[in-house]
Amino acid sequence: MEPIVIAKNLTKSYIQGLRALDNVSLTVNQGKVLVVMGPSGSGKSTLIRTFNGLETFDRGELNVLGIKIDATHNERKIQKIRKRVGMVFQQFNLFPHLSILENITLAPVHVQKRHQLEAEEYGMYLLNQMGIDSHAKKYPGQLSGGEQQRVAIARALALKPELLLFDEPTSALDPERINEVLDAMRRLAKQGMTMIVVTHEIGFAKDVSDQVLFMDSGKVIETSTPDVFFSNAKHERSRKFLNQLEKH
Amino acid sequence: MKRSRKIFLQFGIFIIVFSLIGILINNLTINLIRTGLGFNFNWLLKPASFALAEHALPYSTSDSYAWALLIGWLNSLKVIVSSLLLATLLGTVIGFARTGSNSLLGLISAGYITIIRQTPLLLQLMFWYFIGFLGLKENVLISIKNIFKISNQGIELTGLTFSSEFSALLFGLGVFTSAYIAEVIRGGILSVPRGQWEAFRSLGLSEQTGLIKIIIPQALPAIIPGLTSQYLNLAKNSTLAIAVGYSDIYAINDTIINQTGRAIECFIILLTSFLFLNLLISNSMEIINKIIINSKKYN
Ligand SMILES: Nc1ncnc2c1ncn2[C@@H]1O[C@H](COP(=O)(O)OP(=O)(O)OP(=O)(O)O)[C@@H](O)[C@H]1O
Ligand SMILES: [Mg+2]
Repeated sequence: MEPIVIAKNLTKSYIQGLRALDNVSLTVNQGKVLVVMGPSGSGKSTLIRTFNGLETFDRGELNVLGIKIDATHNERKIQKIRKRVGMVFQQFNLFPHLSILENITLAPVHVQKRHQLEAEEYGMYLLNQMGIDSHAKKYPGQLSGGEQQRVAIARALALKPELLLFDEPTSALDPERINEVLDAMRRLAKQGMTMIVVTHEIGFAKDVSDQVLFMDSGKVIETSTPDVFFSNAKHERSRKFLNQLEKH
Repeated sequence: MKRSRKIFLQFGIFIIVFSLIGILINNLTINLIRTGLGFNFNWLLKPASFALAEHALPYSTSDSYAWALLIGWLNSLKVIVSSLLLATLLGTVIGFARTGSNSLLGLISAGYITIIRQTPLLLQLMFWYFIGFLGLKENVLISIKNIFKISNQGIELTGLTFSSEFSALLFGLGVFTSAYIAEVIRGGILSVPRGQWEAFRSLGLSEQTGLIKIIIPQALPAIIPGLTSQYLNLAKNSTLAIAVGYSDIYAINDTIINQTGRAIECFIILLTSFLFLNLLISNSMEIINKIIINSKKYN
């Protein structure tokens, strides 16, 4: 099995003395889904954002798709990683001044230098996969949150990434819109996409993930299979967190 | 508010303003009659009989006051438009440097903005005129193969020559306004949510492509109004031309008042000239704004 992400002892502080990441190590193999959970402020976003260079780190090593980066934050290597890794954000972050299809074709045309027509054709295929091809000519502001997030997934897929990162993709959605996004993610997992997903959707984690990583105060508390984590978590802190999550 | 009520209100305001102006003019005319000059514009056709160093159209001392005023207005337009271009260019570069990731450039541009904004414009004009241009020796400061030359005679660019007065004004107004424009640009860029930067970066787009395709189009709607007000300020500040002896509309009006004593008429001319100039600027900006808003069909 080929490792896609290998993190070793990642450590980062935004403010001196307060560690957002504290010696985090993990491995994600090809075709696997890792779910990251943890209380607010535990460092989940910081961790997932280091994987495509949106955050720097102070110590440790990172190997993404065979490209090794360290604390020096080599821009050229990060650029290489970004061309092969897609990211989906909590707030969708679609480009409001571009149409849905333009949102999707922008990177293929400007980063991969593909022809506009070819990029549009593939973009329409992706929108169709996400069940939103009828909205191609609309603008992001005209779509519901769930539809926008599916556009964001299609946009991330347009570069044919080998790894997808999700940072709480359903947290900004109305409850009745959550499933349409989770279903799209389920299908991606079934197709063999390697994914790292920060989420508190227990159902999704149970069905789809291969591993659940639980963080607190920047530290990895435990990494378990979902079976173990949700029924018989190894650590007291994990169990406490799950108890609180279920109360909500 | 209903449309009819709005029209009614505007009509009321119009009547009030109009009456106030009427009373004012009435008082002035009475005073004018008392001084024996009367209120009329016939003198405009008499020969001006003063020389003008700088004129975009042919001009001699036997030409009329009206013609001299037109020359002055064109001189104003010339210096305003060229400093506006210089200020926009400089301001954009500095604004981007101020927001960019290079911390040394950021520091330098922050220093530039602070120093320029905390010194009076008049002082800066004097600096450019007396130290910047007249301070130069007879021989040239910069000369690039006779294409571009800076000396105490002003600026020479492929046959086009600009006087020291014009050049000092150009640099003074351009540099002064650029510091404000840089802040407008910076504000516009900062008004674009952080998530937009993260989104284009995560797609592997370069910083340059991201700026052009994603950030600038979204920053422009916030930039245009601020830019317009800086352009209008620049136009008003251009009346300081008189301090370096450049014959703009204000300086020529000043000369005419001294010669003819026709202060009231001259002020009316000056006010209308500036009203016209500022309408020109704000309407052009309005058109640019419309083009930008139309080019993005969203919302
Ligand atoms: N830009 C920043 N500047 C300073 N501190 C930051 C910054 N971003 C995050 N932090 C701090 O780093 C820690 C980890 O934050 P992070 O956003 O990674 O947590 P999280 O697990 O994603 O939380 P949430 O569930 O609320 O999204 C927190 O203490 C947070 O306050
Ligand atoms: Mg987060």
